[in-house]
Amino acid sequence: MGFSASDWAAIGLTLRLAGTVTLLLLLIGTPIAWWLARTGSWWKGPVSALVALPLILPPTVLGFYLLLAMGPHGWVGQLTQSLGLGTLPFTFWGLVAASLLYSMPFVIQPIQNAMEAIGDRPLEMAATLRAGPWDRFFSVILPLAKPGFITAAVLGFAHTVGEFGIVLMIGGNIPGETQVVSVQIYDHVEALEYQNAHRLAGAMLIFSFAVLMALYITQRRRPAPVKLGV
Amino acid sequence: MKHLWYFFLFTLIWLAPTIRAAEISVAVAANFTKPMREIAQAFEKASGHTLKMSFGASGKFYAQIHNGAPFEVFFSADQEKPAALENDGLTVTGSRFTYAVGGLVLWSAKKGLEAGPEVLKSGRFNKLALANPKHAPYGAAAMEVLTRMGLLEQSRSKWVMGENIAQTFQFIESGNADLGFIALSQVMEKGKILSGSSWVVPAELYPAVQQDVVLLRKGETNPAARDLLTFIRGVQATAIIESFGYGIASTATETR
Repeated sequence: MGFSASDWAAIGLTLRLAGTVTLLLLLIGTPIAWWLARTGSWWKGPVSALVALPLILPPTVLGFYLLLAMGPHGWVGQLTQSLGLGTLPFTFWGLVAASLLYSMPFVIQPIQNAMEAIGDRPLEMAATLRAGPWDRFFSVILPLAKPGFITAAVLGFAHTVGEFGIVLMIGGNIPGETQVVSVQIYDHVEALEYQNAHRLAGAMLIFSFAVLMALYITQRRRPAPVKLGV
Repeated sequence: MKHLWYFFLFTLIWLAPTIRAAEISVAVAANFTKPMREIAQAFEKASGHTLKMSFGASGKFYAQIHNGAPFEVFFSADQEKPAALENDGLTVTGSRFTYAVGGLVLWSAKKGLEAGPEVLKSGRFNKLALANPKHAPYGAAAMEVLTRMGLLEQSRSKWVMGENIAQTFQFIESGNADLGFIALSQVMEKGKILSGSSWVVPAELYPAVQQDVVLLRKGETNPAARDLLTFIRGVQATAIIESFGYGIASTATETR
């Protein structure tokens, strides 16, 4: 495809970042989605709003606050320093932390919608058959909410790949560490290397389209009550 | 009939300001933000025209101008981009000149750290912030300094790069990077460094950052745009430019 070594490094890094974030978000997001789907608590409103916030906040706002909070004077920075981890900006794990926040709604909302659609009856039935809570989760909820999980994983992954503003603000553009594809494209454009920019940007466009098309085609074949939205 | 009158009246009111005072659309490189604001004030007072200013990375403006952005005057952070626009026939021939020569400074906001060549050599800092040398002229200047000091390889692992000089400043100012190379104009006002510790890098350590301005094709028929370019060379404007730590180019580069 004619990518340079640094382009390949950026592609590898982006896939590693998106993979890590998707995996962690599925682990963290599932209990949150479950709680949101089942709770009648007053806290459902505020927590839902918090989860959806990255959908409407410009990445510059998130990036700016993260840079301050994770810096040596911010509270997250103080915490990570006292744990002996140093500060997070300009590191791979800093990007992971930021992306967890940024891609959260794209993972939680589809799972929550799928879980809400299951309703009480299948769970009550399972309970009468003496299925314990863990058993109910793995043999009833997971299979029934599977389309929701697939949507969540795909959107979470794709959205992290497409992340730009936050990475630009807290990444520091370090090759192999924080220089992801979107930043690399931006650099090519800024340096007037339009040919290189075209190649990477084209690949990104094709990737994003293919992922979304695959998602919508599989969903159409098996109509599931899954939707994304606030 | 009545409706028509209203429409007419509304159109008149709508158009009135554009007929009365001349307006100039200006694209300005990020490092020149503060002096440009001051110059604009002085210019608007002196001429009665208004400036519509956009601040940002020169590379972005270059791409936008190429694609029909409505800018009339372009203050770049370098000479290459105005020259390239000139080659592409997007500027008014003969209008290009150097309006400022940028100074580079090693700056730190960290208490107890004295920014200077010693710290740089000792390596006792967590990160060194610089603007991306690929497209930011001050980043390229910083690289040249490191090269001439023989510290290029030694410091490489500590680099963090801002996409422009304003973001590089932000990295240092927020404490995330102990020190970094930025434009003198960002920390200097009225000839004084505002805060932190700093080392104004000697001019022999890097090639001068010549910044060119050019009149674009879209501004060709706007006499106010030409007035602005004349004003920039005047005593009042050059005094402002110098107060932010910039040098003024000799007339030899102006006529080039």
